[in-house]
Amino acid sequence: MKRFAPIAFATAIALFLQGCAGWQSALDPKGPAASELAWLIWFFTGLCAAVWVLVMIALALPLMMRPRERAEPLVIDADADNRKLRVVMTAIGLTAVILVGLTLLSFFANRTLAAIGSDAALTIRITGHQWWWEVRYEDATPSHILTTANEIHIPAGEPVRLLITSTDVIHSFWVPSLSGKLDLIPGHMNVLDIKADKPGVYRGQCAEFCGAQHANMGTFIIAEPREKFDAWWNDQLQPAAAPMSDEAKAGEDLFLKRPCVMCHKVGGTPAGGTVAPDLTHIASRQTLAAGTLTMSRGNLAAWIADPQGIKPGSHMPVADLSGDELNAIVAYLEGLK
Amino acid sequence: MRCAVAVLFPVVLMLVACQREERDTRPQSALGSGEQPTPVTTLEPGGQRPSPTDNKAASFEANAFHLSEGKRLFGWFNCSGCHANGGGGMGPALMDEKWIYGSSMESIHATIRDGRPNGMPSFRDKIPDDQIWELAAFVRSLSGNAPSSAAPSRNDDMMAHPSENRMPNAATLGKSP
Repeated sequence: MKRFAPIAFATAIALFLQGCAGWQSALDPKGPAASELAWLIWFFTGLCAAVWVLVMIALALPLMMRPRERAEPLVIDADADNRKLRVVMTAIGLTAVILVGLTLLSFFANRTLAAIGSDAALTIRITGHQWWWEVRYEDATPSHILTTANEIHIPAGEPVRLLITSTDVIHSFWVPSLSGKLDLIPGHMNVLDIKADKPGVYRGQCAEFCGAQHANMGTFIIAEPREKFDAWWNDQLQPAAAPMSDEAKAGEDLFLKRPCVMCHKVGGTPAGGTVAPDLTHIASRQTLAAGTLTMSRGNLAAWIADPQGIKPGSHMPVADLSGDELNAIVAYLEGLK
Repeated sequence: MRCAVAVLFPVVLMLVACQREERDTRPQSALGSGEQPTPVTTLEPGGQRPSPTDNKAASFEANAFHLSEGKRLFGWFNCSGCHANGGGGMGPALMDEKWIYGSSMESIHATIRDGRPNGMPSFRDKIPDDQIWELAAFVRSLSGNAPSSAAPSRNDDMMAHPSENRMPNAATLGKSP
C-alpha cells in the first residue's frame, strides 16, 4: 500500500494542475502580459515557499535537538552569542534583500505591461452594462466604426488598446489568459493593453461583483490572423441580411412592432436602440446573453421566451409573444449572420 | 421570555422592510395570454379609464424596485425626448400638479399604452405591460406622488431636480397646509 502512495500523490497533483490549463486561466498564459504575470506568480510562489520551508526548518531544529549539557549555565559564552547574532542579522538582511528584490521585480513587470500597447494600432472601447459588454471598434473613418457585443475579435500577434468604462455600476474586465484585470468605472476611462500571441478563443469574465447576474457576464476574445480579422470587421460593418423566408420576413415585421425594437439595434432597419446588445449580426456570435447560452435556434427561442428564467433580474423583459410570433422572430434572428 | 420578544420584535420589523424591494421580474401570464382590453372610445369622463382586472397600480406604486426600473426605462425609452426629465418640452411637464387626463396610475398607464391626442404615441405591444406600470409609477413619483420610502433616492446622471424621494408633492407645493 505504501508503495502506491507516491504514485497516487503524483497522479493527484497532475490532475490538480490540469485545472490550470484551459481558455480562462492565468496560469496558462497566451499573451505577453499574461506570461509576465504568470512568471511573476510562479517566482513569488517559489521564493516564498522556499523561505517558508527554511523558516520551518529553523523552528523545528531547536525543538528536536537535545539541549547541550553545560557545566555553568549562567556563564555567557561570547562566541556562541556572536554566532547567533550573526545568524539573526543575516536572516534580517536576506529578508530585506528579498522584499526589495520582489518589489523591483513587480515594478519592472508593471513597466513591461504598460509598454505592450505603446504602438497599438487598434483601439477598442468596451462599456460594461448589467450584464453584458458593449464593444466598439474605433476608426478614423466614422463609417468604419463598429459596435457589437460580448465578443471581441482582435488580430493575433498585434497589441490592442482597450478603453474601458461603464454606464451603471463598477465592473471588471478580466481575460486571465491574456492580461490582468482592470475595473470598468462609470464616468472614468481606464486603459488596458492586451496582445494575444496566437490565434485562439480566450474567455473573460466580469471580476467585480456587479449585481444579480454577475456570474453570467462572460466575454470572449477571439484572436485571428490579420486578414481574417479585417474580413470579419468588414462583414460586421454590413447592414443586416435581408430575411429570406416568409417566416423570417414576418419575424422582422414583428421585431419592429414588438418590445425588441425598444432596446435593440439591427443595422439597416429602423430598430436603433442602443441600451441593449446590437443584434445586426447576432447569429455570427458564438454565445447568447454574454456567454450564458451557446448560439442555437433552440437557445434563441428559450432566451426570448423566458429571459427571467435563464438570467433572473436581467434587463431583458418577458415579451408577450404567441408561439408563432416567437418562432418567426427566432427565424429572423437566426438569419442575421 | 420578555427578552425573546425584545429580540424578535425588531427582527420581524426589519423583515417587513424586505417587501419594499420585492422583485417581480417575471409576469405571471404565460406566453401570448396577456390580452389587453382595447379602448372603445377616446372620450373618457374625468380622463380616467377604469381598469377592472389589474390591481398592479397599488402593488407597483409602493415598490422601490419597480419605481427605479421605471426611472431607468424613462431614460432608456427616451421619454425625455419630449418630457425632458419631467420638466416638459414638446410634451407636457410631468413634475407639476397639472394632469390633463387625471393623476391616477391607471390613467397614466392608459396614456402610455394607447397614446393621447396631439403627440403622445401609443406604446401598445412595444412595451411589455409590466414595464408600462413601472413607467406610470415613476411618472407619478416625479411630482412627489409616490411614498418617499420607495421612490428612487439617487440620480445616475446630473439632473435638474432632486431625486424623486425628495421631490415635494406638487399638489401641495406653495400652499400653506
